Amino acid sequence: MTEWVDMYRAQLATTFATQLQYRAVLVIWLLGLILSPVISLVVWMTVATSGGGQAGGFTAPAFAAYFLALMVVNHLTFTWIAWEFEYRVRNGQLSGLLLRPTDPIHIDIAANVTYKTITLVIVIPTVIVLGAVFEPAIEITPVTIFAFIPALALAAVLRFLVEYILAMVAFWTTRVSAINDLYYVPLFFFSGQLVPLSLLPDTVRLIGLALPFRWMLSFPVEVVLGRVQPDDLITGYVAQIGWIVIALASRVVIWRAGLRRYAAVGA
Amino acid sequence: MFRAVWHIPAKGGANFAKEPPTDPEQDDGTLPVMVIPAVEISRLRKTYSVPVREPGVMASLRSLVKRTTRDIHAVDDLSIVVNPGEVTGFLGPNGAGKTTTLKMLSGLLYPTGGQVRVLGFEPSRRERAFLRQITLVMGQRNQLAWDIPATDSFELHRAIYRVPRPEYRRTLDELVDLLDLEPLLPKPVRQLSLGERMKCEIAVSLLHQPKVLFLDEPTIGLDVTMQRRIRTFIAEYNRRHGATVLLTSHYMADVEALCKRVIVIHHGKLLFDGDLSSLVQRFSPYKTLTIELESGSDRIGDLVDGIGEVMRSEDGRVTIRVPKSDTARLTERVLASLPVIDLTVEDPPIDDVIERVFAVERVTSNDPPEAHEREHQSQ
Repeated sequence: MTEWVDMYRAQLATTFATQLQYRAVLVIWLLGLILSPVISLVVWMTVATSGGGQAGGFTAPAFAAYFLALMVVNHLTFTWIAWEFEYRVRNGQLSGLLLRPTDPIHIDIAANVTYKTITLVIVIPTVIVLGAVFEPAIEITPVTIFAFIPALALAAVLRFLVEYILAMVAFWTTRVSAINDLYYVPLFFFSGQLVPLSLLPDTVRLIGLALPFRWMLSFPVEVVLGRVQPDDLITGYVAQIGWIVIALASRVVIWRAGLRRYAAVGA
Repeated sequence: MFRAVWHIPAKGGANFAKEPPTDPEQDDGTLPVMVIPAVEISRLRKTYSVPVREPGVMASLRSLVKRTTRDIHAVDDLSIVVNPGEVTGFLGPNGAGKTTTLKMLSGLLYPTGGQVRVLGFEPSRRERAFLRQITLVMGQRNQLAWDIPATDSFELHRAIYRVPRPEYRRTLDELVDLLDLEPLLPKPVRQLSLGERMKCEIAVSLLHQPKVLFLDEPTIGLDVTMQRRIRTFIAEYNRRHGATVLLTSHYMADVEALCKRVIVIHHGKLLFDGDLSSLVQRFSPYKTLTIELESGSDRIGDLVDGIGEVMRSEDGRVTIRVPKSDTARLTERVLASLPVIDLTVEDPPIDDVIERVFAVERVTSNDPPEAHEREHQSQ
């Protein structure tokens, strides 16, 4: 156990030092991350205002709250593992990592954690400024925070695993970006990035229920806004954990198959 | 009668004192201790299947329906045993299958056929206990993070390999000393020169004190001084730790300085396995005679005629290639008839020998070079 702590400490120190070397890139990434929800926010606030003050139960300030919370959660859950992984496979860096007596996933976990920590320094003031501009209707209580934290943590774990699994297609094809594009369409739609899920038509929402996307992003947002009933909260956690178990199992299986493939065609 | 029995301990010698003295003559029916080979390869094969695409639109349309692949036999029926502590040179021209073999030995590639054992482990299972005991250094591949000082990467390596701190300190000090790393440690790796980076790369790969080292072109692209430095280091590391080293190199100086034993492969097949000196014997039954003359270098041609061959002649210095068996006869003849200032008899440069090995192989092999690639089609 202490060895794991030691490894993570060293891993975090390395990724921290590495990422601080790329401050400009960090800021550019962040801009993209902030811009997209702000555009949605403005569009839906306009819709709500022109629709007589509300649209689908959301008032303009409610939309503001939704998209700002979404921005924070999206920031805390997104990964760039697909690009990273493809690069590693293509330039052979993965071979070096495979020589180590530890799973390379720990590097990615560490990198993710440090990146999120570093960039929070920019995200938090940004949210405060945007909050002052758009005046969101949000009431954060200790209860919502208490419910939000596990929902957020589980969402981050699930999204990380799902995107890691997707990244592993790099073992089989060099067209990773095409697969990624295919993934981002349903993610955008079913994770509540386009519009709050409660505004979707019933049939579409039903389809969404069978998919993991809501649990990767929208759910913690709904929780922090107090839009989830206590019963649904528990169901939500269970769903998140269920998907995580499935994702973990898939990761193990696909990782093994991927390594076999990698080791067959030429590492 | 009491006789000391020398156990070679695996590491450091710390457990030497704990071994009770045993009498080898006592007959208690125990078997003698068997030495587990560090590396054991038997009938190893690696075949890559590569798609064959002909140029042109029609051909690419055809390839949609009928995919033609060609099998490349990178390693073909290779059997090698390397004992612990041996430094072995692994030679062959580009594409001979050296790197493929090293990758199979370190668990990065799965064999198509045959058996691989390294320290008793099956590398492709990538067990942690196995990975902790080996290292693979590939020319340009990096264990070092590009943007941060090498010392940070070293620290990460320590944590990943779970090296106890005191032991890590000791190893690091030793490596810093042997490779002269001190001034390089605080610089971001990307600011280091190729040679400096290579030294750090080698150092990081050895921090966990691997028992088996696979070195793929460890001196490639380095200047002569740096090559010598790394060579000396490898020899010293082997001497101090009793590590097994399997190295490939295109620089014969590396091989001559480090390897008693050489393994030569070509087209994935074993051509030679034995002492460097017997390689020279077998593939170069010639000696090189260098003679310095006061005068009369124009007459040397007649003396050599029928025995050897004049390779160079300038300013009274003549270099002659002569069959080994005739060396004495020719030397005698030259000394008797010409005013010789100096005369040396040498084995030919190892580079020439290696070149000859491959040349001979090409000539004696009946099949054309493409024969090891077989084409087949699948629907």
